[in-house]
Amino acid sequence: MRPMRSLLAGVFAIGLLAAPSLSVPVRAEEEIQMPNMGWKFEKLFGTYDLASAQRGFQVYSNVCANCHSMALLHYRDLSGIGLEPEQIKAIAAGVTVPQGTDDQGAPKEGPATPANQFKSPFANEKAARAANNGALPPDLSLIVNAREGGPDYIYGLLTGFVEAPGGFKMQDGMYYNKMYPGHQIAMPQPLQDGSVEYTDGTSTSLDQEVRDVVTFLAWASNPEMVERKQMGVRIVLFFVFMTGITYAVKRRLWSDVH
Amino acid sequence: MADSSAAAATHHAPGHHGAAGDVTKRDLLQLIALAGAAIGGGAIAWPLIDSMNPSKDVLALSSVEVDLTPIIEGQGIVVSWQGKPIFVRHRTADEIKQAQQVKLSELLDPQAGLDKDRVKSGHDQWLVVVGICTHLGCIPLGNKPADPRGEYGGWFCPCHGSLYDTSGRVRHGPAPLNLALPPYAFESDTKIKVG
Amino acid sequence: MAGLHKSEFANPVINWIDTRLPIFTMMQKEYGVFPTPKNFNYLWNFGALAMVILMIMIITGIFLAMNYQPNTELAFNSVQHIMRDVNYGWLIRYTHQNGASMFFIVIYIHIFRGLYYGSYKTPRELLWMLGVVILILMMATAFMGYVLPWGQMSYWGATVITNLFSAFPVVGPKIVTLLWGGFSVDNPTLNRFFALHYLLPFVLVGVIFLHVAALHITGSNNPLGIDVKSPQDTLPFHPYYTVKDSVGICAFLAFFAAIIFFFPNMLGDPNNFIPANPLQTPADIVPEWYFLPYYAILRSVPNKLLGVCMMFGSLIVLFVLPWLDTSRIRSARFRPVYKWLIWVWVLAFVVLGVCGAHKPEGIWVILSRVATLYYFAHFLVILPVLGKLERPLPLPESISQPVLGRRGGGPLLGAAAAKPMEKA
Repeated sequence: MRPMRSLLAGVFAIGLLAAPSLSVPVRAEEEIQMPNMGWKFEKLFGTYDLASAQRGFQVYSNVCANCHSMALLHYRDLSGIGLEPEQIKAIAAGVTVPQGTDDQGAPKEGPATPANQFKSPFANEKAARAANNGALPPDLSLIVNAREGGPDYIYGLLTGFVEAPGGFKMQDGMYYNKMYPGHQIAMPQPLQDGSVEYTDGTSTSLDQEVRDVVTFLAWASNPEMVERKQMGVRIVLFFVFMTGITYAVKRRLWSDVH
Repeated sequence: MADSSAAAATHHAPGHHGAAGDVTKRDLLQLIALAGAAIGGGAIAWPLIDSMNPSKDVLALSSVEVDLTPIIEGQGIVVSWQGKPIFVRHRTADEIKQAQQVKLSELLDPQAGLDKDRVKSGHDQWLVVVGICTHLGCIPLGNKPADPRGEYGGWFCPCHGSLYDTSGRVRHGPAPLNLALPPYAFESDTKIKVG
Repeated sequence: MAGLHKSEFANPVINWIDTRLPIFTMMQKEYGVFPTPKNFNYLWNFGALAMVILMIMIITGIFLAMNYQPNTELAFNSVQHIMRDVNYGWLIRYTHQNGASMFFIVIYIHIFRGLYYGSYKTPRELLWMLGVVILILMMATAFMGYVLPWGQMSYWGATVITNLFSAFPVVGPKIVTLLWGGFSVDNPTLNRFFALHYLLPFVLVGVIFLHVAALHITGSNNPLGIDVKSPQDTLPFHPYYTVKDSVGICAFLAFFAAIIFFFPNMLGDPNNFIPANPLQTPADIVPEWYFLPYYAILRSVPNKLLGVCMMFGSLIVLFVLPWLDTSRIRSARFRPVYKWLIWVWVLAFVVLGVCGAHKPEGIWVILSRVATLYYFAHFLVILPVLGKLERPLPLPESISQPVLGRRGGGPLLGAAAAKPMEKA
């Protein structure tokens, strides 16, 4: 069957064309071993563990938020990790944000509402650098998408603070991290065992805290993921079904040709 | 395509070699395929159309708080809520009385027509309405002292001459409906929160 | 009444319109009864697929433009606003983002089909050249579209690609300043890229119209590469190929949907989730996968001007391909040597793509140079010579003849399909 062979050849060509782009993410790991955590949300039909994401939000608020902004998120978005409207209102009300100007034109402040963006710890980039030895703590809204290795990398980074090997020259004010490219990071180890207190009795080991915060950050980067996958199943099945139907119509129509 | 007799003769010509049963079976398959295409087309169109509806940030637009202390009796102010003008009017005792005496039968739009349904009880002096004429969306005049207020003492729409009374009810067309009431609540005696 | 068209449609409304503006007659002629070789394989689906994807891209693009802000301060966040807040914004945006990759997959296969079956040879040279124009317009559109989200890769991709023009002596730097509307990639650049990204697809539609018009003058090529000789060789386009194209379109949409819904960022770069920063270049700058082969050609030459010329040359050479290939046989099926060499060329193209994804050091430099050499030698040396030396296999009498020989009788075709083709 010549046409069949040509078709297969074409498919092969797509595969080869796609191959280089698939290999791109792998390049950065010349020496660094990326952990493979098998996240539930990375599975084909996987969803977020909402309890874990809620604990992760607590880790973010208590620890990360002291330096890292998440400016693309709004308090209202927290309904996505299963918080109730009342809880969200309470969380927002606990934060003081600028609220335009009063009737005399002076800047005004007040409690945030669910419609507000997450409040950033620093007013602007210069203030952030000044408070952090010249290093800029990156915004975490998209951090899981913005790093090679995604959640595995973030997990590796947060658990990767170890003693520098003998002979490794450290600059002042830098910390050794086995995951970070170049191994010198300006962020001191942010999480230890027991950095937060969970109300649901979950263990507060470093591993658990990091899993939770990574789950939260993964949700923050791709809040549409669960809806996307659910819709995807139906749409892909629909097109597969339509392929079958049109193929049957085609077979029948062409049965007299040849 | 099937509109053309010439085409109809052509399209199915080779298929006519088959038995009659084949033809009906093919028609059923074609029907399923066409129905599927129609469903698919509709399902694809909906997300595109829905993307033009208000987005989540627009829907979540925060409420607005209004301080009532600077509003002099007999005057009104305009504040913006969800992009719409909100009239907040400090009514005089005369205006309140005038508004309360109107009977439902006198109104063009008796829906929520009694004055007590249009203000918060205990705060009769404060009238809060959406300042958009129910005719074609112009903003009526009547908040500033120099504005014309029309013969019912409320608001006058400059576009087509609709008249509203001191309770924001339409008294003279072409507007068909009373000025709408926004959701609001008194936070204190001198502060309301719209939305 | 002399100017009125004599319409044959029975429906009175259609007849009324058709008499005054014979678009229905035209559609009937070009897509209804249009005589089409009956031996197409599924590789002939890819033209229709490309049309479908272009429509998807234009429609999703219009809806994205309703929420996108072409301003350096706002662009990145406006895309995230689309992803997070606009109803189904993520679906529209992921469809558009991955649609670009789908478009190139489809077009590359479409081009491969043209190369394999010799669709560029007389009388279809102009058809082929219009196709090359379409490819170049697509690349320009895709490049400018990639800049719009204003991530790190958008910014640095724009910087690197626009700087290519600085290679030209004397006028180069002036051209770059003109492209930028300033002294670096900045707000004016983003704003004009948005304007052009919106415009070019409609230019594309115009060129595609000419491409299809030219196709309908010459008629389609086919897997045997021989001319249509009699009505027995053809089928009316509708319903035979409308249905066959539908099969391919549904199958492709299933594949496309799987990417959109389950692997939407597979073909993207993590760096583009970081807002553009003119003061910091990411560690690896890589263009989108569909540009990697050309990027590898650019880097394979150690001289800046020569590299840029080679890169543009790799596309320009396609324009003259109909005259470089001296063989009169179209289909690779009957060219025992070319049949293998075209795969070597595909291999070279793929190797270039892989090289483009790696840093230009060590083995990758050598590989990309060898592959670049073959890419050009294939067109400029091998094809002109091969046409003189190669001994083609005997061609079949006609499209239906080998089938007749096997089955011992063909079906009778309807009256409309029996109209002889005037050309080709």
